[in-house]
Amino acid sequence: MSDFGEFCLLLALCLSVYALIAAPAGALRREHRIVRSAERAALAASACIALATVAMLYLLAADDFSVSHVANASSRDLPLHYKLAALWGAHDGSMLLWVFVTSVFSSIVILQNRFRHRDMMPHVVAVLMLNLSFFLALNLFLSNPFQQLVEVAADGSLQKFVPADGRGLNPLLQYWAMVIHPPVLYFGFIGFVVPFAFAMAALITRQPGEAWIRTTRRWSLVTWLFLGAGLILGAKWAYVVLGWGGYWAWDPVENSSLMPWLIGTAFLHSVIVQERRGMMKVWNVFLVLLMYLLGVFGTFLTRSGIVNSVHAFADSPLGGFFVAYMAAVACAGLFVILRRLPELRSDRPLDSFLSRESAFLFNNLIMVAACFSVLWGTMFPVLSEFVRGTKITVGPPYFNRVNIPIGLLMLLLMGVGPLFAWRRTSPSSLKKAFLWPASAAAAAAAVVLAAGVRNAYVAVCFPLCAFVAAGILEEFYKGARVWSRIQGENFAVALARLTVRNRRRYGGYIVHFGVVLMFVGLAGSAFNLEEKAQLRRGEEMKIGRYTLRLTDYREADRANYRAGTVTLVAFKEGGRLGELRPERRAYRTGEGQVTTEVALRSSPREDLYVVFAGVSGDGGAFEIHAFVNPLVWWLWFGAGVLVVGTILTLLPERRTAALLPLPAEAALVREAARLR
Amino acid sequence: MRRANVKFVLGGAIVVAALAWLGFVGFQESKSYYITVDEYFAMQEDLRGRTFKVAGDVIEGSIDRSGSALEFSIGQPGRSLRVRYVGRHTIPDTFRDGSKAVVEGKMTADGVFQASHIEAKCASKYEAEYARRST
Repeated sequence: MSDFGEFCLLLALCLSVYALIAAPAGALRREHRIVRSAERAALAASACIALATVAMLYLLAADDFSVSHVANASSRDLPLHYKLAALWGAHDGSMLLWVFVTSVFSSIVILQNRFRHRDMMPHVVAVLMLNLSFFLALNLFLSNPFQQLVEVAADGSLQKFVPADGRGLNPLLQYWAMVIHPPVLYFGFIGFVVPFAFAMAALITRQPGEAWIRTTRRWSLVTWLFLGAGLILGAKWAYVVLGWGGYWAWDPVENSSLMPWLIGTAFLHSVIVQERRGMMKVWNVFLVLLMYLLGVFGTFLTRSGIVNSVHAFADSPLGGFFVAYMAAVACAGLFVILRRLPELRSDRPLDSFLSRESAFLFNNLIMVAACFSVLWGTMFPVLSEFVRGTKITVGPPYFNRVNIPIGLLMLLLMGVGPLFAWRRTSPSSLKKAFLWPASAAAAAAAVVLAAGVRNAYVAVCFPLCAFVAAGILEEFYKGARVWSRIQGENFAVALARLTVRNRRRYGGYIVHFGVVLMFVGLAGSAFNLEEKAQLRRGEEMKIGRYTLRLTDYREADRANYRAGTVTLVAFKEGGRLGELRPERRAYRTGEGQVTTEVALRSSPREDLYVVFAGVSGDGGAFEIHAFVNPLVWWLWFGAGVLVVGTILTLLPERRTAALLPLPAEAALVREAARLR
Repeated sequence: MRRANVKFVLGGAIVVAALAWLGFVGFQESKSYYITVDEYFAMQEDLRGRTFKVAGDVIEGSIDRSGSALEFSIGQPGRSLRVRYVGRHTIPDTFRDGSKAVVEGKMTADGVFQASHIEAKCASKYEAEYARRST
């Protein structure tokens, strides 16, 4: 079975290399059949990779520990769903998953376009197959999950080696968010190859920019959504499982998924400018190239361990190949862009500083600045080791100092952007547009100051959130009022109809609203409380408005671990809230790793977060770490709103013959003008 | 250049300059050398009074939780560094004899490294994956 899996991967590699060469060759010679054969080869490669993946899943389910990946990532006592999830539980298998998802995406693109864009497709296929071949080659030659384990026997010969049991799935990964986190992130990272392939194809075949942007709009959005979801899932996991009280540590692995997301956000906005005004064409192709490279870079950073270990620069052979590939793609991409530069140049200048284009440009500027700052902070240790021989690291203070102001600027732009008109905003319309949002901001500022908030960033954040939220709510209100007046429907129905009919616009507003809620959640972290205590049975500790009394400690044996559970009764200002049961789990396989299960009591106002850090002294005292984290709930809720809004913008716009009878449409326009 | 362009470039330059300055300040605040125990002994003089990160294996039997703060030694027997952890965070679950620890802090006058931050990974002999290749 493992030989079969390996063979499938090898066959897939041959097919993808054939497709890589045949597709552009066929286009060059105008041989339609050669291009088709390349597409079919690409589809066949995907089929082979799917078979290889199924083979690996079978080996995992069957506990075949003679295969290296199964021995590394799985163990006999795992429940079946974790055995299958172990496909991405260790490096080699996760590479196989990466290749599988890449091949599925490539196949979808080929099938979606079998009767469309026939002029661009040969080049799209070429880029997709270049990408697939690279990762397939890495998977096959450097990270082979199907490798058979061997050992040197007493007589010097090589013999097959079958461990009695596997190393097991890292207990930290046995949590729902962590099980789906890698696949979700992979959809995000891998998806960026599609807009990149189309952008290159459009440049090579001299298509106007609009062709590739419209085609890939959904791909870009879905990719960005998955990347964002992956980031949030990772944060949720860090918060609930790692038990250090926070959700983001500016870790290199976290940063490597954040960077493409930031550029993706910039890209999603700047394509709107290209669509509406034909500007920023050159910038957009650069962004697309950057997004793809950051996606490859992200997986490189995670796999090579280049930043975290003290001296890893020359250790991993994987690193060299990634760098070579990224350099080659960067050069090729830049070459194509520069060759077509004259055709891309738009002659539309920026009309006014107070315009929507200007707001989008600023958005792009700060997103790129944020990405650069994160890249600098993450890669500086590698750079310093390269230049001076020792690593110099930077920590959260550096990242926070730069990115908190950037976040606030982003909030500001989210608020003013929709209020500005395209090209130029007249002073009178500016005053009208700013009225309600500015009032809301002033009110929020008054509340914040009255509450005695000293932290400058928090004091600015809440009024900005109010500013943006008021602007969004006003947009919905105005639109629904016009609609209900014309259609004679009640307000609520009008609101729903309006949103559904203008999905791109109002879905976008919902996404922005979700971001505002997330910022509220982030701002709460400025007020976090933390207390440590060693408690015996019956003793109490205080934190914020809460009192925790330790009442019990029990140990129990469960599926694949032994659990020690502390029971605490929580009181808030005298009233009994309920019981909290933080745990420590000692896993039997692997290295007997210990994990903590946080006891969490969450409400929109604040989270009460309790960790059982261990038994101390003579076994009669228990170390408890308690945290009060205000407003964290809004971070998760806001993320949910963001996801819903994005899904709404993704849904296809319904094409009806006539949206409204003509006289009513005219009345609608008049009414809207009157309300402005 | 059109007036709008000038305003944009100027505004952009101010924003970028402000961010760069903030970045510089944050950089100076949080930068620290990341070295091994052996390198520490080689660089002792340069590191006096500075915050740095040092990585080493936790020496078997050196962990002492009896006092108010956790104490242990990292490195090799004979060339080791005594560490006292005074940070507020929970000690990682992976921290035990033989694990790879990374501590961040300063050297004190009494020769003990005062750590405000601690990370630990599983010991390297368990980390080696099952991957004995045939040549």
